[in-house]
Amino acid sequence: MAVKVLERRPLSFWERTYLPQILGGLKVTWQNILRPSVTLQYPEERPVIPSGYRGVPTLVRDPNGREKCVSCQLCEFVCPPKAIRITPGEIPAGADTAHVEKAPREFDINMLRCIYCGLCQEVCPEEAIWLQGQYSMVGRTREEMVNNKARLYELGGTLPDSHLKWDHKRDEAGRQAGGHH
Amino acid sequence: MEALLLDLLRSPELPYVAARGLVLIGAVMTIAGYSVLLERKASAWIQGRVGPNRTTTPFLAWIPLLGSFLRLGGFIQPAADGGKFLFKEDPIPAHVNKPYYVLAPVIALAPALAVLAMIPLSALPDGTPLALCPGADVGVLLMFAVSSLGVYGIALGGWASNSKFPFLGAVRGSAQLISYELAMGLSVLPVFLLTSAPGVDDGLNLATIVAGQEGMWNIVRQPLAALVFLVCIFAETNRHPFDMPESETDLVGGFHTEYGAFKFGLFFVAEYGHMVIGSSLFILMFLGGWQLPFVETAAWGALGTVAGLAIFGAKLAAFLFFFVWVRWTIPRFRYDQVMRLGWNVLLPLAVANLVLTFLVLAVAG
Repeated sequence: MAVKVLERRPLSFWERTYLPQILGGLKVTWQNILRPSVTLQYPEERPVIPSGYRGVPTLVRDPNGREKCVSCQLCEFVCPPKAIRITPGEIPAGADTAHVEKAPREFDINMLRCIYCGLCQEVCPEEAIWLQGQYSMVGRTREEMVNNKARLYELGGTLPDSHLKWDHKRDEAGRQAGGHH
Repeated sequence: MEALLLDLLRSPELPYVAARGLVLIGAVMTIAGYSVLLERKASAWIQGRVGPNRTTTPFLAWIPLLGSFLRLGGFIQPAADGGKFLFKEDPIPAHVNKPYYVLAPVIALAPALAVLAMIPLSALPDGTPLALCPGADVGVLLMFAVSSLGVYGIALGGWASNSKFPFLGAVRGSAQLISYELAMGLSVLPVFLLTSAPGVDDGLNLATIVAGQEGMWNIVRQPLAALVFLVCIFAETNRHPFDMPESETDLVGGFHTEYGAFKFGLFFVAEYGHMVIGSSLFILMFLGGWQLPFVETAAWGALGTVAGLAIFGAKLAAFLFFFVWVRWTIPRFRYDQVMRLGWNVLLPLAVANLVLTFLVLAVAG
């Protein structure tokens, strides 16, 4: 194989004294002193959280205000650190969304266990559990660090939903029932 | 008033001596504390950060503009740091050689304090130097000799810690000091040669050297000596790029790895004390001391003394900033590079400069 030998220029006397490099370095750091600092003064200034950030897991409602979780417990089973604890419950027969049949009676996420892996969000067939923008989770007791259902919905809020799966199911069922009669 | 001030400076009676000692310790602790603040602030600016800007106290914080200025400038931080060193637990590891372990920080700090007392800060109206302890005619030699004793604190601390990293740090520190002491002593000899012309008394006295720079600073007349001396004081004070005894990346904490609380604080103060000594010596021998070019402060009487003190303080602050600036610019040399630089480059340079000065003085003089 042909080898091309690069000729290395020998260091000049000044370069061997280190001094030009040191002076150059001092110039660089001096210019840095004059530049404004990039520090974010954290508690007073907060970072802008990009959309798609995976922070604290939350529960969300659909645009009609229906809680999306149907307490299938897939997230509970997939959760690697076993941070999620769901107590399933039934939706009473007379309710507007009775055809969904199930909803969680209690839904606790222990944020002392959660590792923010996002598997719960990935596994959820209803797109009901989302890791959202909250990045700071603090509490003074262990109990405070367990997010209950009310707190999860408060954190989660409402996310846009283009499918509205259960509304379609109800309409479909209504249409089919109408077609038979 | 004037008599009292002069007594405070000169009187050999015990209360005055004690007062001088307290002034010295207070001043050194304050200067060390604010040097640490300067270090933290300057490193922050160089790295695009803000630096300490949170510490504040009640009462001070409530003063409208001054309060927030003190807080944002971090000016209360040194007090908080010092208080922390004083009040935190002071554990002594089980494996250390206890008497020497306790003694080492004291031995590190004492020479620094002794030399700082000898440094002339300004000239009194009658022409004598303003210093807490003006020292003998051989001022500079005594200062070199005593300040080099500081390394005993490092060596003793490293050895008494009875642990690998402090030991390595202590060995490096001692070797480095021996290597650079020689070049440092030789590099300033030309300055004495220039000052001690025939007929000049007290040629080794720093005040005489300062007076001898009235027309032109020695850094102009002896640039090579200034450069060698500058590199040497960086090495002597164990500052970057020569902080061999500490080398926190390869030796954990170096000689003070096993130290904590106020003992570590004393080492810290000693380091900054040596920085002040090195800077002061450089300023006195090469940068005109308490003089400014074209300004006759000596003719102003008492005001001249104050002006000289202010000029010296400003130069000292600038030089301390230079120390910090260099630290956050240049990475640490490897140990063998430090040794090679000391023995193969600086020592021959210093000798060559000395011989050259001899020849020039012999021919021209």
